Amino acid sequence: MMNPQMVMYEEELAQLQATTDKLLRDSRSQTILLVDKNGQMIVTSGGSTDLDTTSLSSLVAGNVAATGGIAQVIREDEFTGQFHEGKDISVHMTLVARRIILVVLFGKETTHGLVRLRVRKAIGELTSVFEALERKAAEQSPQQNVFAEITDDDIDNLFND
Amino acid sequence: MSFINYSAREINCKLVYYGPGLCGKTTNLQFIYTKTKEDAKGKMISLATETERTLFFDFLPLNLGSIRGFKTRFHLYTVPGQVFYDASRKLILKGVDGVCFVADSQEERMEANLESLDNLRYNLQEQGYDLDQLPYVIQYNKRDLPNAMPIPELSAALNPNKVPEYEAAAVDGTGVFETLKALAKQVLNELRKGTT
Repeated sequence: MMNPQMVMYEEELAQLQATTDKLLRDSRSQTILLVDKNGQMIVTSGGSTDLDTTSLSSLVAGNVAATGGIAQVIREDEFTGQFHEGKDISVHMTLVARRIILVVLFGKETTHGLVRLRVRKAIGELTSVFEALERKAAEQSPQQNVFAEITDDDIDNLFND
Repeated sequence: MSFINYSAREINCKLVYYGPGLCGKTTNLQFIYTKTKEDAKGKMISLATETERTLFFDFLPLNLGSIRGFKTRFHLYTVPGQVFYDASRKLILKGVDGVCFVADSQEERMEANLESLDNLRYNLQEQGYDLDQLPYVIQYNKRDLPNAMPIPELSAALNPNKVPEYEAAAVDGTGVFETLKALAKQVLNELRKGTT
């Protein structure tokens, strides 16, 4: 398979959360999301509770996939950044480690320039966490994985409603 | 590509409904959405044209409950069935964990079924997947229509490897959950197998 399974552990999640929380403050933005290219949300910072992050993550991934498709058609390697300008809220998206999308939602309290600057700084930190995560997942022995112990009954029970 | 979050104790998997135009992929998701309890589903998103044909994808997040203390979440996607949206279909297959091929049982759609199935296999290959290695089920939809072909004929043409197959009439929900459950089970089994 081209895409290895993605795993997330407590230690790395805490590091990612700390980085995005700092980015949220430094860039004076409203919400930050880390989403994998398949639309799975990994981390969120800030944001109101009524923000539908699941839908947002799926749409962001679709958007990045579509732009990636455009890049292929015009023989560009990849568009690493995207910007959507809104009346009240704008969205800045950047690719991290080629498989993660950093999404920053910001309003009038800040500027696109500041967001871009702070994002650039945060990307280095995020990239090293994701690289460490990949190494860790590759080293993990199968026995450590809890899913090896799933029984048929466990699976059947999921559907008994 | 499932996403296992040990920190949040969650498993996330991606299921894709594939098939020719107007075979009922979106109808499958709509039925699942209407019959699922509020706390077990997220918002259903449909990126469709003004005439309600799928333009990019439909998306429905489902929470199936816990397994060994891990919340299992399934993200259901449909692809646009119309032939000329092939570039979009390829994108949606990225990171797929399981595929449901929705066939249109009507005789006049047989060629479209075969073309779509070939297209599925080809597009998966392009992404580095082999359909024969993936969790995969087939649904024969529109069984309620008078011109539906007999199952043995459909099966012989579309299911040479005898993967699990289900009859359905997605418009009234017949067979919809059976198909979903069978696919979800295969995906979870694969997760288990992959670790042993």
